[in-house]
Amino acid sequence: MRPTLAERTPFYVLTGGLALMFLFPLIWSAIASVSGQPGTAQPSGYGLGNYVTLLKYGSGLPTYLSNSVIVSVLTVVVTLAVSVFGGYAFARFTFPGRNALFLLTLGILMVPYATLLIPLYVLLHNIGLQNSLLGLALVLAMFQLPFAIFMMRISFEAVPREIEESALVDGAGSFGILRRIMLPAARPGIITVALFAFLAAWNDFIAPLILLADEKKAPLPLAIATLRQQTMGVIDYGATEAGVVVMAIPCLVLFFLLQGHYVRGFMSGAVKG
Amino acid sequence: MAVRDLRSEAAPAATRMPGWRRTRRRIGMLYALPTAIYVAVFFVVPLLLVVRMSAGNWTLLGGDRGLNFPKNFTAIGSNTLFWPAVAFTIEYTVIVTILLIGLGLGLALLVQESGRWSGFLRTSFLLPAAIGLATASLLFWGFYSPTIGPISPPLEKLGLIHEPIQFLGTSLSALLSTVFLIVWKYAGFYMLILLVGLQAIPSEVYEAAAIDGATRWQTLRRVTLPLLRPSLALALILCITGSLLAFDQFYILTKGAPDNTTVTVVQLIYREAFQRQNLGTAAALSIIVLAVLLVINAVQFRGLRSADSA
Repeated sequence: MRPTLAERTPFYVLTGGLALMFLFPLIWSAIASVSGQPGTAQPSGYGLGNYVTLLKYGSGLPTYLSNSVIVSVLTVVVTLAVSVFGGYAFARFTFPGRNALFLLTLGILMVPYATLLIPLYVLLHNIGLQNSLLGLALVLAMFQLPFAIFMMRISFEAVPREIEESALVDGAGSFGILRRIMLPAARPGIITVALFAFLAAWNDFIAPLILLADEKKAPLPLAIATLRQQTMGVIDYGATEAGVVVMAIPCLVLFFLLQGHYVRGFMSGAVKG
Repeated sequence: MAVRDLRSEAAPAATRMPGWRRTRRRIGMLYALPTAIYVAVFFVVPLLLVVRMSAGNWTLLGGDRGLNFPKNFTAIGSNTLFWPAVAFTIEYTVIVTILLIGLGLGLALLVQESGRWSGFLRTSFLLPAAIGLATASLLFWGFYSPTIGPISPPLEKLGLIHEPIQFLGTSLSALLSTVFLIVWKYAGFYMLILLVGLQAIPSEVYEAAAIDGATRWQTLRRVTLPLLRPSLALALILCITGSLLAFDQFYILTKGAPDNTTVTVVQLIYREAFQRQNLGTAAALSIIVLAVLLVINAVQFRGLRSADSA
């Protein structure tokens, strides 16, 4: 009954070609980043000349890379700190204003990014956080909160209450329960929140563009986008593609590490259509 | 909620309960406090501030120079870039949404069955979604370049064309080149959303359709698509909202060129604020965008809900 290999061949050729179309730009950028271009540090042939250019771009790749890492790590830390306590509060306690606060937090999703960035630019100036990586991270963490709080809430709600009650009987306080029972049990949720926050901060473009004035503070995407036209004489496309590779690698590594886990999660019907 | 709880505990036997409950409430509030402060400072205050800014003569360097309502709003209509930006943003949104939902659905149907080949296809289609939008835009900036791009230079070398293809040269080609980038980057993401929806359709439904002698096309139109409506609605909401707020891709690829024909609404907000240094009008524009999106989302959520009950 099953179609023979000969019958299936057109299907394989067609879908394989389609897959190649999706992979091609990624493969091309990796090749272009080591390819030569007349008038650049890599005038011809293949080599790491473009990466050498990138290393010395503006304030230097190490500066931008560390800016990106600092902003991403700060965003993850702030997002987790707020959402772990918040999620615990929403999952296990009743208090006045609980539903209102939860809805208000989700409301962040309804407001466009650009609408908030203009007043946030003024606000950060007023509290002395203009042009600072911390200020940027605080803003990026705010945009992560709806997802993070929601995720932590459902992660904590999924922990069986019996375990908690037995710890209560043993005299553990609410913080002890959070630390010793809830946090270990909610680890997949915490990892998901951290991962999303990291990737969002790592890839964000418009927030640093608006909130940072100093080129030395720019994270990678902003630095590469701003510096690309400044090379003398020719536009150094190769160096830009080298930057693309540097920015893409952490994302692709995380993708492959977690793909199996997430795709299986999605497929098991976590979201019913 | 709280009122009903108290009433149920109002029996005299439970006199110790309210005290315990009150402590528990206070602890809950304490845990929620960071969230409350955070949301207040970084969300509620900016929302109020943007309203106030929109009603004032507020410049980038000079700050607040007093109220001038409704001047910022009336000035928008006379901004020569406003209506073209609105028209362009809508045009872009319509094209991107049709292509992304269509292609996403096609890909989802293609990789539906499990197996090694399907797994490879899924990964290939999804891979571009893993990198950032600015990264992808910079990638395509080189991809479309006349010097190192993989399309134009080889064709030139072969003598098939005599001048480099200007992928970003005219307003139409710039729009289509940007749409191609976006479709490449997000098709896999929409495939994933629709795939989740497809997997949730019980196989018995298909078996029943097969017994009734339905053709493939009939099964798709009469069975799959109606049952897929919630996932389709979710994909539509995400796609329309995301496209209406397009910024990175145009800022990096076209900067509005040629002749300000590829300026999106969010780009207009950015220019108004940081090039023309008028935060007041930028705030007014932001509020209009917010209002329009709230209406669109409300309409779509209603669609989503009626799809749920269907």
